[in-house]
Amino acid sequence: MPQNMCALIFPKNSMTLTQPLNNHHKHCDELFATTEEAAGRRNWTLCAKNFDRFHQEMEAHFSTEEQVLFPAFESATGITAGPSRMMRFEHTQMRELFEQMAAALRAQDGDEFAGVAETLLILMQQHNMKEENMLYPMCDRSLGAHPPDVEGSLRKRLQEVEQTCPV
Amino acid sequence: MHPDLSFDQAPPVSVPYRFFLTAPWFGVAAGLLLVIQGGDALVSRWTPQALMLTHLLTVGFMLQAMVGALFQFIPVAAGGNVWQANRLASLVHPVLAVAAVLLVLAFPSSTPALFHAAAGLFAIALGSYGLIVGIALWRTPAQGATILTLRVALFGLMVTATLGVVLAIGLGLQKSLDLFEWTNVHAAWGLGGWALMLIAGVSYFVVPMFQLTPKYPAWLTRTLPWAMLAVLCLWSSQLIGDGFVWLRGRIWLMGLLVATTWGVVTLRLQFRRRRKVPDITLTFFRGGMLSLVALFISALLFEVNPNWGTHPRADVWLGVLILQGVFVSVINGMLYKIMPFLNWLHLQRLCGLTVVPPNMKKMIPDVSMFWQMRLHFSALALMLCSVVWPILTRPAGALFALSCAWMGVNLLIGVKSYRQFKVQILASGAGSES
Repeated sequence: MPQNMCALIFPKNSMTLTQPLNNHHKHCDELFATTEEAAGRRNWTLCAKNFDRFHQEMEAHFSTEEQVLFPAFESATGITAGPSRMMRFEHTQMRELFEQMAAALRAQDGDEFAGVAETLLILMQQHNMKEENMLYPMCDRSLGAHPPDVEGSLRKRLQEVEQTCPV
Repeated sequence: MHPDLSFDQAPPVSVPYRFFLTAPWFGVAAGLLLVIQGGDALVSRWTPQALMLTHLLTVGFMLQAMVGALFQFIPVAAGGNVWQANRLASLVHPVLAVAAVLLVLAFPSSTPALFHAAAGLFAIALGSYGLIVGIALWRTPAQGATILTLRVALFGLMVTATLGVVLAIGLGLQKSLDLFEWTNVHAAWGLGGWALMLIAGVSYFVVPMFQLTPKYPAWLTRTLPWAMLAVLCLWSSQLIGDGFVWLRGRIWLMGLLVATTWGVVTLRLQFRRRRKVPDITLTFFRGGMLSLVALFISALLFEVNPNWGTHPRADVWLGVLILQGVFVSVINGMLYKIMPFLNWLHLQRLCGLTVVPPNMKKMIPDVSMFWQMRLHFSALALMLCSVVWPILTRPAGALFALSCAWMGVNLLIGVKSYRQFKVQILASGAGSES
C-alpha cells in the first residue's frame, strides 16, 4: 500500500475512533473497481493480482471489526443481537461471494465474475452505508470512555498484507 | 438511532414487486393510445388525448413504480419502519391502478361520475399511503440529505394529490376553476415536488453506491429541497392572484435551473466514477440527465423566442422530454438494478448460510435489458421528432408501447427467476419458508 494511501486511511488527526475504517471502505472500493475493470478486459493475470489484494484487505477490515470493534461495542452497550450481529452475518455473505469470485477467476469465466462482482458491490455498498451512517456513530458514542485500538489493529493487519504502513 | 435497530425491516418482496410489475403496462397503454389517435393527440397539452397520455405516464407508470420503490427504500436506506407494509400495499396498489384507469377514461368523455370516483379512490390510496409512510419517514432516527429530500418528496405528493382531487371534483361538477393555473400548479408539484425530489433523494444514495462515484456535494444536497420548495411556493402564488404573472416565466426557469443543477452534478459525478465497466442503469440514468439538460435549454430558448414558446406543440416537446426522457428513463434503469438485487437478497435469506443463491446477472438476461434500453431511447428520439413531424406519431407510439412491454416482460422474467430459484432452494432442503 503506497504511503499516500496510508495517510488517507490513517490521517494524522483522526476525528473519530472509527474514521480509519470509514476511510478504508473507500480504499477497498478502489481495489474492487480495479479488479472488476481487469476482469472486464479479460486480463486475468492483472485481475488475479488485484483480486488477491482486494480480498486480503477486506479480510483485514472484517477481522478488525469482528475481533476488536464489535466485541468492544457489545461489551459497552450490552447489545449482542443488534446491528453488530447483522454486520457479522453480512461479512459471511460477502465471504461467500469472495469464494465465488475466486472460482470464476480460476475458471476465467468473465460473465460469472461480472455477475458475482455486481452482487458483491451492492451488498458491500449497502453494508458500508449501514456501518458509516449508523453503527460507527453508535460505536464512537458508546466507546468514548474506553476506546479499543481500532487504528492500531487495522494498521497491523494491513501491514501483514503488505509491509508499507508503519505501525 | 434506536439501539436495537436490526437493519432487517425490509418488506416481503411481493410488496414492491406488485407495483413494479404493473407500471410498464400503463406505458404500453400510453403508446397504444398514440397509435390509435395519431398526430392529433399531440396538437397541444390540453387535448383530452394529451391529458390521457400524461396521466397514463404520471399516475400510471411513474406513481406505481415510485410508490413501490419507496416501500422498499425507506426501511433499507432510511432505517424507517412502514407500519403494516403488506396490508398497506394490498390496499394502495389496486386502488391506485383503478383510480388511474378511471381518471384516464374520464378525460375523453368528461363524465362527472368517473372524475369523482377517481378523485375518491386517489384520496383513499394516497391519503393512507401518505399518512403511514409519512410517520415512518418522520420517526426514523436516520438523518441526512436523503431523509430530508424524501420528506419533501412525500409532502410534494400530498400537495399534488390534493390539487389533483380538487381539479377532478371541479371538472366533474363542471365548475369554473381557473383550470390553467390549477393545472400548472398541480403539474409543478407533481413533477418537481414529488417525482424529482424522490429520484434526487434516491440518487444521493444509489449513484455513489452503484457506480462508485464521489458523494454528492453537501451544498447541493442541503439546498436542493429548500430551493425547489421555494420555487414551488412562488409558482403556487398564481392560485391566489395575478400579482406575479409577469414573473411566471422566470419562476418556471428557476425551477428548471434547480432541477438541472442536480442533473449536471449527477452527470459530473458519473463522469468521475471509479467503476469503469459498462452498466445499463448508468446509461439509463445518463439518458435521463441529458434529457433534463435538453429540457432546460429548450425552455430557455422558448422563453427567449416567443414565436417558438407560444406554439401549442412547445409544451408537448417539453412534456416528452420530462416524462419519457427524464422519468421513464431513470425509473426503467433503476428497476433493472433493484429487482435483481432484491431477488438475490431474499433468496439469500431463504438459503441461510448453507447454499449460495445465483448472482444478480442471472435474474434478467443482460442482452434483453440492453436491447430494451436501445428501443427505449429510439422511441424517445422518434417521439421528439413526432412533435415536429406529426406523421411520425403512430410509429413513435408503437415503439414506446413495444419498449414498455419489453420492460414489463423483462421484469416478469425477473420474478420467474426468483420463483424458479426459490423452488430449487426449497427442493434442495437448504431453505425454509418463513
